[in-house]
Amino acid sequence: MITVNENLCKGCNLCTEFCPQKVYKESEKLGKKGIHVPVPVDEEKCKKCGLCALMCPDQAIRVDEEDNDE
Amino acid sequence: MVKGESPFMKYLRRDRLPTIFCAGCGNGIVMNTFFNGMEMAEVDFDNLILVSGIGCSSRIPGYVACDSLHTTHGRPISFATGIKLANPEHDVAVFSGDGDAAAIGGNHLIHGARRNIDITVICINNSIYGMTGGQISPTSPKGSYGTTAPYGALERPFSLADLVTAAGGTYVARWTTAHPVQLSKAIKYGLQNKGFSFIEVISQCPTYYGRKNKLRSPIDMLNWMKETSINKRRADKMEEEELQGKIIVGEFQKKPEPEFAEKLCKLLEEQCVTGKPTAIRSAYQED
Repeated sequence: MITVNENLCKGCNLCTEFCPQKVYKESEKLGKKGIHVPVPVDEEKCKKCGLCALMCPDQAIRVDEEDNDE
Repeated sequence: MVKGESPFMKYLRRDRLPTIFCAGCGNGIVMNTFFNGMEMAEVDFDNLILVSGIGCSSRIPGYVACDSLHTTHGRPISFATGIKLANPEHDVAVFSGDGDAAAIGGNHLIHGARRNIDITVICINNSIYGMTGGQISPTSPKGSYGTTAPYGALERPFSLADLVTAAGGTYVARWTTAHPVQLSKAIKYGLQNKGFSFIEVISQCPTYYGRKNKLRSPIDMLNWMKETSINKRRADKMEEEELQGKIIVGEFQKKPEPEFAEKLCKLLEEQCVTGKPTAIRSAYQED
């Protein structure tokens, strides 16, 4: 499960570009800070490599191993 | 741990976030890779001290929830030397920018390397003075533009990794922020290495370097780094003309040598007449 923290994200969208599986997409609507927050649209493609969490300059992304549906 | 939080959040001072860095700045990536390398090297976070000078990159220790020291411009390696000699048990890491390590603190850098004291220096090289408005730094590539070089820089840049190798650093590596996995491994080796470790990270500054050099977004800058970087093993076999404008990445030096703090402790123990060496570690010992 991928979580993007909208309070920390600055909208650089490095994750959108550098995800090897192209999981993310830039949102079309502006977020509450007036930036384009990445949205994990193709989450089933995610291989949980964690590169997005390592490359996020603002520590806004978390990739969980399992999908915990609550 | 709060649900949906970055795995590195436990090392950060939560109340200071979000960071002051521009969107897409490389400092955040270096911060993540440092935590990742630290976890791989199994360094005790409570035993770690971060030292920094002045610059954008030197703001990193302020966000990390460990003991840290924000010192005068160019002098973090001198302060780190003092910390290491006062108590050699500590792991000391220095975060420094190119202006801090190469320009004003160049002398401290080469003498730290010559002395081979056990500190890990992470130099975030963004090829420009980002904090003061985009002036040309000693590592700006020849022909790059900046506020003080509207017609392109005329000078040759420093190759910091080669400089520290020549000065006697025992682990020297250079990677870019486009290689976060390799960079984490280099930081791991740097922290494990007993001796002066120097990791140069070529980083992006989209706000100043990128804007002046037609690489306006952080994505453009990272793609440029990925395309122009070339591994050292391949670069060694190539001609100098072919390497024009390339970033050589990889390990430059990996050679264990006797470390300074250990040598000094040994000397003190040998020369002490009272049977109680006092100059070192004394502040931490009970009578």
